[in-house]
Order: sequence, then structure tokens, then C-alpha cells
Amino acid sequence: MTADGLGDIWVIAEQRNGHTKAASYALIGRARKLADECQSRVAAVCLSQGVADAGQLAAFGADRVYLLDGPVPDGWNDDAYVKELVDLARRDKPGVILATSGALGLSVIPRVAVALDTGVAANCISLDYDAQNRILVQTRPAFGGSLMANVVFPNKRPQIATVRPHAFKKGEPNSARQGEMIRVDFDRRSVTAKTKLLNVVKDLTEKVRLDEAEIVVCGGRGLGKAENFGIVAELAEVLGAALGTSRPPVDDGWIPYAHQVGQTGKTVSPRLYIACGVAGAPQHLAGMQTSEIIVAINEDPKAPIFEVATYGMVGDLFKIVPLLTKKLRETRG
Amino acid sequence: MEYFLSEQQKTLKGLARQIAEQRILPVRAELDEREEFPWDLIKEMASSDLLRVFIPEEYDGLGGGCFDLCLVVEELSRVCGGIAISYAASALGVLPLILYGNDAQKSKYLPAVASGSRLAAFAVTEATAGSDASAIRTSARRDGDHYVLNGTKQFITNGGEAEIYTVVVMTDAAKGSRGASALVVEKGTPGFTFGKKEKKMGIRSSATRELVFRDCRVPVENLISREGMGFIVAMRTLDRSRPGVGAQALGIAQGALEAAAEYAQQRVQFGHPISTIQAVQHMLANMATELEAARALVYATARTIDAGARSFTEESAMAKLFASDMAMRVTTDAVQILAGAGYMRDYPVEKMMRDAKITQIYEGTNQVIRNAIALEVLKRKAKQG
Amino acid sequence: MNVIVCIKQVPAKIKIEIDPKTGTLASGGVDRAINPPDLYALEEGIRIKERTKGKVTVLTIGPAKADESLREAIGYGADEAILLSDPAFEGSDTWATSHVLAKAIKKSGQFDLVLCGKQSIDGETGQVGPMLAEALGVPFVSLVNKIEELGQISIKVMRMSDEGHQLIEMMLPGVINVVKEINVPRIPSLRGLMVAKKAKVPVWNAQELGIDPAVVGSAGSPTRVAKVFFPQRPGKSEMLQGNPESQVDQLLEKLRQTKAI
Repeated sequence: MTADGLGDIWVIAEQRNGHTKAASYALIGRARKLADECQSRVAAVCLSQGVADAGQLAAFGADRVYLLDGPVPDGWNDDAYVKELVDLARRDKPGVILATSGALGLSVIPRVAVALDTGVAANCISLDYDAQNRILVQTRPAFGGSLMANVVFPNKRPQIATVRPHAFKKGEPNSARQGEMIRVDFDRRSVTAKTKLLNVVKDLTEKVRLDEAEIVVCGGRGLGKAENFGIVAELAEVLGAALGTSRPPVDDGWIPYAHQVGQTGKTVSPRLYIACGVAGAPQHLAGMQTSEIIVAINEDPKAPIFEVATYGMVGDLFKIVPLLTKKLRETRG
Repeated sequence: MEYFLSEQQKTLKGLARQIAEQRILPVRAELDEREEFPWDLIKEMASSDLLRVFIPEEYDGLGGGCFDLCLVVEELSRVCGGIAISYAASALGVLPLILYGNDAQKSKYLPAVASGSRLAAFAVTEATAGSDASAIRTSARRDGDHYVLNGTKQFITNGGEAEIYTVVVMTDAAKGSRGASALVVEKGTPGFTFGKKEKKMGIRSSATRELVFRDCRVPVENLISREGMGFIVAMRTLDRSRPGVGAQALGIAQGALEAAAEYAQQRVQFGHPISTIQAVQHMLANMATELEAARALVYATARTIDAGARSFTEESAMAKLFASDMAMRVTTDAVQILAGAGYMRDYPVEKMMRDAKITQIYEGTNQVIRNAIALEVLKRKAKQG
Repeated sequence: MNVIVCIKQVPAKIKIEIDPKTGTLASGGVDRAINPPDLYALEEGIRIKERTKGKVTVLTIGPAKADESLREAIGYGADEAILLSDPAFEGSDTWATSHVLAKAIKKSGQFDLVLCGKQSIDGETGQVGPMLAEALGVPFVSLVNKIEELGQISIKVMRMSDEGHQLIEMMLPGVINVVKEINVPRIPSLRGLMVAKKAKVPVWNAQELGIDPAVVGSAGSPTRVAKVFFPQRPGKSEMLQGNPESQVDQLLEKLRQTKAI
């Protein structure tokens, strides 16, 4: 760790099929800006083998790219990833470690934190540098997003945070940027793993995953009956969005629970959230109020959803939604 | 109103509400639509010991009183009257045994009902004997160690699903109303079959069937109390079970009131929620007031019974009468408040109105109930001299 | 099997108020309940106990009032419950929470499996399960939606993954986080609730657990909440007026301007 500001900022860059996810690029971009504010350096850390776009990581802001490579038993093992990251962190002493909240954020990152005797600020939606105290300020929602908390690490290092997928936007790469490629060989089979992957079942039926979608279209009780979900589904399709619901339609059996957004369902934070006939009960808001842009369509001007909506339309959703779908279709050609 | 329930009563009420909201609510519309008996829900209630409430402790029960039963029935009815009655009718079915059965009979039948493995039902009504109960014709002729039953009971709640039936039959027609006796008859007894399942206006998830007896041989040990006690057993049973019907009515009305209030706050007309319209507010006020008054009467009756009152025929009849008439008015008003939507089966209130109607009819039509009350009033007057 | 279930007592409703003077949660007088995701962990724990004729112990960290939730858990079918309570624990972050739980679990004796709910409805971090596993030095599996096999030295579980599911074998003792899909929690029984009222629930404090107060609570936790505030919505809602045609046109224009679509 350098004496300046935050020290080295590491971003765990996640890959899918060899390509780095947009959310990781976005996080590197943010890390770059933070590093520039306090003269620190950014390192991208890749856990996957064979990262096809490693060069891009530098273009998006990484000064250094760690390529953690080596045989992994059965292509996956948390125990190995934890040990590998902990060893590397102990060796190169980052001041900050960032990762996207998600599978890694729920298993590997917290364990790494405990092994390094530090904590985690989870599910952050913004990161800022407090120049006065030379400390990272992590902002995260609590109580279903009704509340925001600024979290800091007074003493422990590294400062570790997991970040919501859409908290930051993927920026523009600078192809002139070069980064140091550091390959770290680690035989993950050498870790006495206490868990073993026996089988993989690829059975995800959702076309667009609700919790990763950039756009979510949600139906509520205002739809009146099960068949009317088709109206909302059509809008979702033309937008390439995920289909969501508030709780009452699930209770009434109009749509499966897998689509439920809210306190007892999924939490989403997309770029655009369109609520059709959703009243906006606190339990539902808990699952979506950190969305960047919220559009609400409801016949009741007093519906609580309008308190969190960016754009509100009081009116008949049965007229508005199909019209919206139609116009979007027309422009898509 | 705060009724200052005991810890135990609060636990009971809370548990019944939890079952009602988490288990019954999601399926009530479907069970009503399909007229399907709620066996899964009975099993759920059984695992939570809810069926033990009305069974004495000595027979694996929790020894609850009338008020405890009312609390449970009210909570269940708030979500679905049809499912609540399937529960309550089983309590009604074992009541003759609890009040007049001997130890052998209680030991034989009560634990199974407590555990939920068997349901019970009570059978008096026949085609020719509704309000005029003494006109029953099902006969039970003594033959050695058995009674031989012949006849048909009509409109029996839990008919066909229950395994234990407490039946009032004529053992000695010559003695008129003193010639009736109460017997326990088990499902599966040769000569005991069921008629078709009735198609009803409401409480459609509840099963209502005829009980058909054709030379059905029932062991003499199944006689409850003594020959000739049939109508006394029936009357005393109904005195204790009528507050339960009142509780059912309270629950249905409560559910309807809540649905109406919620809808009124959401439904926007002329730019405002209809809850701001005084006409609607006054309807809600009337509904709430009547409901509270009925509740006070039902609770007071249940508590006086539990406290050991010696006679409560009149109060019990009043509780049933007032609560059921109230429930019919409240549910009708609830449909009115929801207006067009209220008439649609997608909304819960039309079902509540359909369910409420039966409470004015069974366990004594409200007309026959009024007769009973009037008699008590006049008896009192006569005593005063 | 000796099963431990960690639960948290949370506000029953999540609309909360901030004390304007201190900037912290005005949590007094709010109805509290068992964190709903923990009910699935509890149910699974009870099912395991029934299958293996084992035992379920429930732990929670909280003030004296948290005793209610422990008794509720016993009402559902847990055998024992222990309350971990000490003023020093107040304001603990996820690291400190897992530290306290780990100490308590070690003190409680032999255990085979620890179950946690996916996350709490107030903090919503989902960190305690994995941190606890690391603190105990045992393996961890997240997002478990089915327990396929229960063995003496290991268990096989299905967990949710990016593409669907994975079947994992985990050595015992270990920790798992479960998701709602794993079961439908039972309703407590009356007798269970009555037993729960009379149950003895021991309370362990920092000293009994051998915990240095300086490393836990708001003072000692690695992370600290510097400030809480209500989220700023970008201005008031912009209501789009007019007939549906006009409203839709306006919306499309706004969304295109902000590059939302």
C-alpha cells in the first residue's frame, strides 16, 4: 500500500465465456477516476482462465492486470479462489478491493475479507473519495432502499466493497492506455477443497435475467387479470427487457413468483424501470427504488409509486402501454 | 375494540390468522370455484394443533372453550367462510360426544379428531324436518346388540368427508319428540352411504351431502346418553355451537369490511378516491359499528358459556341471529361499495356475500331462532308473574 | 445431525424513521419479527433434524427483546435457543456479527451444519453466512435451494448459479445460505408455541464468549456507518400530462434524450 490516498485499487474483473462483463468495465472506470483523484493505481484481477480481452482492461483504466491462472478442479472452486486472492492481497497489499455484488460478492469476497481481517461494504451504489480524510466513502441502500448509508473503514485495510451491477456506466475505452500484464500461476488443485462441484445444470428459463436486466417492465394489480400480463410482456419484449411483477399478481396466481420484484422477491436496480398498474407499496419499492429512471403508469394520481417515479403518467394503462409498445415497434422498424 | 385477550388466546388468534393469511388466502378463490374440499388445509390446521382446540385435554385436546373456538373460527372466516365451516362443523360433530358421551366413546373418537386424522359431522336435518326437527323420520330399531337405521339425512356439512357422524334418529316414534336418540355412526358401516354432493350458492369448498341409511347396523355402544335424549342432546349442542356460527359471520363480515375500505381508498372517481365521498363513508361507518356490536354480543355469549352460566339458550340464539343478519348486510354493502368490480368473481366480496347467506339459515333459520328467543322472553315475563 | 440456525430480529415493517437529532434509526417501539428469509433456514434446519433425529439450536444477536424471536423459533420446532446479548455488540457490522456468532457456535459445542437465510431485510448484505464460515474455518455454499443428500461427513446441495444450478458436495461441518425456493416454512403448532413460552433461553454476553469489546459494536467494527440519509430522488416526479398519445410521445422523447432506450 502506498502512502498516498487510497493505495492500490483492485477491481475483481468477472468474465463470462472469456469476455469481461460490462459491469466490471464500469467498475474499472470508476476505480480509474478515484485513483486519479488521489494518485493511486488501478489493478484488474481476473480469476478466469483465458481472458480474451485482457488488453481492454487496460484501455478502460487498469494500470496493471493480474491474470490468475492455473488449473481449477472442475472449472470452479470457491475455496481455491479465496486462497489465491488472499495470498495475492497479502503479497501486494492493495488499499481497496472492489467487486460486483453477485455470486462472487456473496461467497468469495466476504471470505477473503475475513481472512484479511477486514470488513465488506456490500451492494454499494456509489463510491467516493473523501480527500480530507483520505478515505473511501461507500454508499449503500438499506431498509429496501428507503435509507442510504455512507460506510467507511476507519482503520482496517484493505477497504473492500461490492458494487451493484448498474451503479456505474461502462465508459469509453482509451486504446492508447497500456497496462502491465502480470500472470500469476497458482495450482488451485493444491488447495484442500472442502467443497466439490459434482454437476452443472443449465436450466435458466428466463430470457432476460431480472436481476441483471438493464430495463425492467413490471405489471401490478392494476392489470386486473392474468391474461392482461400479455400487454406488459409485449412491451418488455420490444424493449428487450425483463418482465417483473409486484406481489398481488403472484398471490392471485397470474404470474410465477420468479418474476416478483420486492422485499419478498428480487431486488433490481436497472437503468430503466417501467411500472404498469403498480400501486407502489413499500414492500415493492424496496425491490426497485434504486433504479436509475422509474416510469410509473397508474390511474390513481395518489398511488405511492409516483413518489419515487422520475416520470409519471396518470391514465389508463390499457391505452398507454399498448400505444408505447406500438410506437417503439415502429421506430425499431 | 380491545378485548384484553389472555396470552393463550392471543397465541391462538395469531396462529389462526397466520394460517388463514398464509395458507388459505392464496387458494380460497380456486377452492370455491372448483367446489373442492380443503383436505390440504385441514392437514395444515391439524399440524398446527388447531383441531385440538375444541377437544378436552384428557382426550389429546387442548381443552379450549367456546370463546377459544370462536376466536379461531372468526380468523379463518375472515379469509374464507367455506373453509372455516369445514373446521367448525367438525367441532359441532364431536360436541354431542363431549357433552353426553361416555368415556369409552370419547376415548374412541375424540383423539382421532384432535389429531386431524378424522373429521366429524352432526346430522339432524331431513327432507321433511328442517326447522321442524321433531318431524324426523330416520328410524333406529333395536335388534339385539345393534340398532338398525333406515332413513336419509339431508344437507349435512362435511357429509362424505367426515368419518364420525353424530346422528339424531327416532328410536321410539310413538313417544314423539321424546322418542329420539343420538348415535355415533362411522363412515364405512355397511348400509351407510352418501348422496350426491350438493351444489351450493356459497361455502362451496365445504362438502354438503345426504346421509343414506339402509338397514345400517350400528352397535348399541354407540348410543350417546340414553334413548329418548336425542332432542335434548341436539338442543344443548346447538346452544353451545351457535356462537360459533356467529363467529363465522363476524369473520366473513370483517373480511368484507376490510376489502371495502381498501378498495374505497384506491378507487378514483371524479378525481378523488371514493373514500372521500360521505355516502361511502357512512356505509363504512354503519358496517363497522354493526360488526363491533355483533362481536360484543358473540364474545359476551361465548365468555358467559365458558364461565359456567347455567342457561344460555337465549343469548346463544341472539348472538347467532344478530351476527348473521349483520354479516348479510355488511357483505351486501361491501359488494355495493366495490360496485361493478364487486360483482365480478375476480374480487373477493361477491363470494363473501354468497358465503354469509348460509349463516342466516343453518343451525336454525333466523326465523326459528326468533321463535326460540321470543319464547325465552315470554317465559321470563311469565315467571315474573 | 446437530444443526445451528442463525436468525436476526428485524423491524416487521421497513418504512423507518430517522431521529433528526442523531441521524440514526429511531427503532424504539417498532414491531419486530424474525427476518423472513431466516424462516426458510429455520424450516430447513427443522426438517433436517426430523430426518436425522438430530437437534436444532437457534442463535441470535440482539437486545433482550430478541428473546421473543428465539421463542418463536422454538415454537416452529427448534430444540434450543441462545441469545447473544451485550451492549458492546450494538452497531456491529457484518464482520463483527459473524465474529460473535462464530465464538458462540464454538462455545456451544459440536455442530454439523449452520444454516443462514440469504440476507436480512434491513441490512440486505448477505455477508454474514460466508464470513461466519471463514471465521469458523469451515466450508461455505451460497444460494442453496435444495438439500439433495445428508451424509455423516458431507452433504450434497443444489445451489443457484448464473446459468441455472450446480450440485455441490460440501464437507461437514459447514455453513450454507439458503434461498426461499428451498421450502415452504411450516406454521408453528400451538403446543410448540406453548412449550416455547416456558423454554429456558440462556443469554451469553461478551465476557462469556471471550470477545474483546474493542473489536465489535459500532466502536470496533471494521466498517462504520458515517451517515444515514434519505435517498435523494432526482427532483420531484415529472408528471406527463395530456391524452395517452401525448403522454407516450413525451415519455419516448424524455427516454431518448436521457439515452435510457
